[in-house]
Amino acid sequence: MYDVVIIGAGVTGSAIARELSRYQVKACVIERQEDVCCGTSKANSAIIHAGFDAAHGSLMAKMNVAGNLMMDQLAKDLDIPFRRNGSLVICLSEEDKPKLVELYERGIANGVKELRLLNKEEVLELEPNLSDNVVGALYAPTGGIVCPFEMTLALAENANMNGIEFFFDTNVHNIVKDGNEYVIETNKGEYRTKYVVNAAGLYSDELHNMVSEHKIKITPRRGDYCLLDKTVGNYVDKTIFTVPGKYGKGVLVSPTIHGNLIVGPTAVDIEDKEAVATTQEGIEDLITKAKHMVKNLPIRQVITSFAGLRAHEAGHEFIIGEPEDAKGFIDAAGIESPGLSSAPAIGVTVAEMLRDKLGLELKKDFIPTRKGILDPSKLSMEERNKLIKEKPEYGNIICRCETVSEGEILDAIRRPLGAKSLDGIKRRTRAGMGRCQAGFCMPRSMEILSRELKIPMTQVTKSGGTSTIVTRRTK
Amino acid sequence: MKSYDVVIIGGGPAGLAAAVAAKENGVDNILILERDKELGGILNQCIHNGFGLHTFKEELTGPEYAKRFITRVEELKIPYKLNTMVLEINKDKVVTAVNREDGLFTIQAKAIVLAMGCRERSRGALNIPGYRPAGIFSAGTAQRLVNMENYMPGKEVVILGSGDIGLIMARRMTLEGAKVKVVAEVLPYSGGLKRNIVQCLNDYGIPLKLSHTVVEIHGKERITGVTIAQVDENMKPIKGTEEYYSCDTLLLSVGLIPENELSRELGVELNPLTNGPVVNESLETSIEGVFACGNVLHVHDLVDYVSEEATNAGKNAARYVLEYHNKAASGNVVEIIPKNGIRYTVPSHINVERMDDILTIRFRVRDVYPDAYINVYFDDERVQHKKRRIMVPSEMEEVKIQKADLAARKELKTISIEVEKE
Repeated sequence: MYDVVIIGAGVTGSAIARELSRYQVKACVIERQEDVCCGTSKANSAIIHAGFDAAHGSLMAKMNVAGNLMMDQLAKDLDIPFRRNGSLVICLSEEDKPKLVELYERGIANGVKELRLLNKEEVLELEPNLSDNVVGALYAPTGGIVCPFEMTLALAENANMNGIEFFFDTNVHNIVKDGNEYVIETNKGEYRTKYVVNAAGLYSDELHNMVSEHKIKITPRRGDYCLLDKTVGNYVDKTIFTVPGKYGKGVLVSPTIHGNLIVGPTAVDIEDKEAVATTQEGIEDLITKAKHMVKNLPIRQVITSFAGLRAHEAGHEFIIGEPEDAKGFIDAAGIESPGLSSAPAIGVTVAEMLRDKLGLELKKDFIPTRKGILDPSKLSMEERNKLIKEKPEYGNIICRCETVSEGEILDAIRRPLGAKSLDGIKRRTRAGMGRCQAGFCMPRSMEILSRELKIPMTQVTKSGGTSTIVTRRTK
Repeated sequence: MKSYDVVIIGGGPAGLAAAVAAKENGVDNILILERDKELGGILNQCIHNGFGLHTFKEELTGPEYAKRFITRVEELKIPYKLNTMVLEINKDKVVTAVNREDGLFTIQAKAIVLAMGCRERSRGALNIPGYRPAGIFSAGTAQRLVNMENYMPGKEVVILGSGDIGLIMARRMTLEGAKVKVVAEVLPYSGGLKRNIVQCLNDYGIPLKLSHTVVEIHGKERITGVTIAQVDENMKPIKGTEEYYSCDTLLLSVGLIPENELSRELGVELNPLTNGPVVNESLETSIEGVFACGNVLHVHDLVDYVSEEATNAGKNAARYVLEYHNKAASGNVVEIIPKNGIRYTVPSHINVERMDDILTIRFRVRDVYPDAYINVYFDDERVQHKKRRIMVPSEMEEVKIQKADLAARKELKTISIEVEKE
């Protein structure tokens, strides 16, 4: 019997789990996929938004601004790479200029600090590769970039270190009320709990609708992205948005925290919640849009493209709290952009709700910090040699493109909630994420997984389930 | 910090031949740095035959061909470090590398030979739309899995791209019991050698669809199929020509990219057409004493030519150490200009004083040219006019230039090469 079961190990569920782990509570997270960060959290723009975009007075605005403010401390505590590179909303035509002022005023009302309106010269001085058609911009120095994988993993790992259990490959079939308890029926059996937290992303409507008559509907809104090689990672320094205007809603062009350049997303509403396939039209659309924003977009440097699905709710607002007719069931639903930026604040909000309802006491032995996977390239030569002497696997480079050693990969597999697949390794260490896209390191990473997990090579997967890589021995 | 006369980055065919040549030309203090667990590079996974016809006048497998050079390296007692990743080369020719035994270490080189080879273009670089399931491999990765790890990537295979590795793998997968359904090539001609089309596809009844490409990838966890469509002259898919092929494996053989990340950070000037360094007659890059050869310089189709080129690079590196170190060249510099129908040339300029008596200029043509001429001009004067039965982009061409001819023309500025259609 649990006090709390959180459904979904994306950034929202993981943030809630981590905040809840401050208290004396019996709680777990159940996740249908094989790992944390497998849905919307893994395929997005990786931006910590400043908070000027969401409607004033909305929960989105409140959570975004609060979440943004929490990021410095969180990054420090959980050893997550985070940089306030600043966001720039550029305007490409005089007629759209009033929209910039509108955004500026909304930002001020939302409580975003340091906002400034820039003229053409000021913008181009900040970002010389922007289109010459730029007429002005809104500059938000508090906007930032983060690694969404590491952020989600760090939150989940820290929650796990503090006693929250995680169950993977666990799919919820039904949720029923039994007296004061909920029974969560899954493919792995039943979970009984006093409280349910619905952090199921794209599926949060289905869970909500199992217990409430006030139905909600989540529409998957697909966004295609292109990721460009690190050689052009500094093509822009700030995250570049456009005001909605002549060219539609626009896309963003941004450096990533690891030094690539990201371009996207498109926005297409679809039906299938699993349809993360990119499309020719989508990729062409985002390239066209980005070409209006920056001069000579180096699109030939693309190393991969991908699509993510945002959990869009018709009211375009976060749904956080108990439905009137389902006490003990707490939604964290409709978490679309700025969901990543808001996650830290949503975590606190939901954990505090649970604290009040359950009368939870703080833990005395809560561990607030977590160390990330050691990156040997950040060490001095002496420190690195000391490390390699003690653990020679840190001298064995497996991924050439991203310079990832065997030591890092072993750490990724052996740490709490460790990697079980190639994608799990990739999200934790970046092995396979570089320009050759795992061409060289795949066989070697497979071998390490096979050895560490004590499974045959034929059972090593790309991302769990049926995503095996080799079928049999050769003749 | 240890010092070496010649440090060779990469122990594949190029690095091995360069090391042997450097030693044979009088330099003793050589070190080869290899990132893999054995010398030989990609040859180790090329277990088919057809290597060495030019170099050894016999047909060898990849490992046999490599062995010849490895044996020579052993005989000459040239030291090498395996499982060693070079992380940086700086302008002072200090090489930073890492491995299990030595940790992170730096070495000082007098001359450096870049021989890092190339990598395969990935699915991402092609921007093929669709899902991103397991079961999509670059052909070389599949070749490594099959030939070195001894695992089969799948049962039903579609191959995109008709590069040589893809063709070789079509045959290899068939021999291992897989069904190769089709090879799709976006260009109107094959990217591989003619002999590979015949021996790897035709002999096994595997269809090659020219002017076709994969327009969609199906399957969420493991690939379940691909949609292939015909493309127009701008390589855009033609609506209505889509065909679905079920498969559990998609192999990509869509081009090779020289691995010049180290060179770029070192500040070596790169040629955007080859993605390799710009080199002179000595295969020396824009940085004095840094040489390049093999697939890191430009992608070759025959290893024999890699060995020949690398032998020159090794010899020139030795000459640099023994004679030219810190001595600027003073002779006349002639630019080599690729003109009509020629994509690029290697080298791109010649210092006449330092060239060999006969210099081979290698190049690729832009298109398929049956019965056309190769013309070579010294400034405006046509000096060569030779007919070729057929020239294709996938097969490297060459012309030879005599030092005596250049030395006789003291004012010569350019050598241009062009294709002349009949």
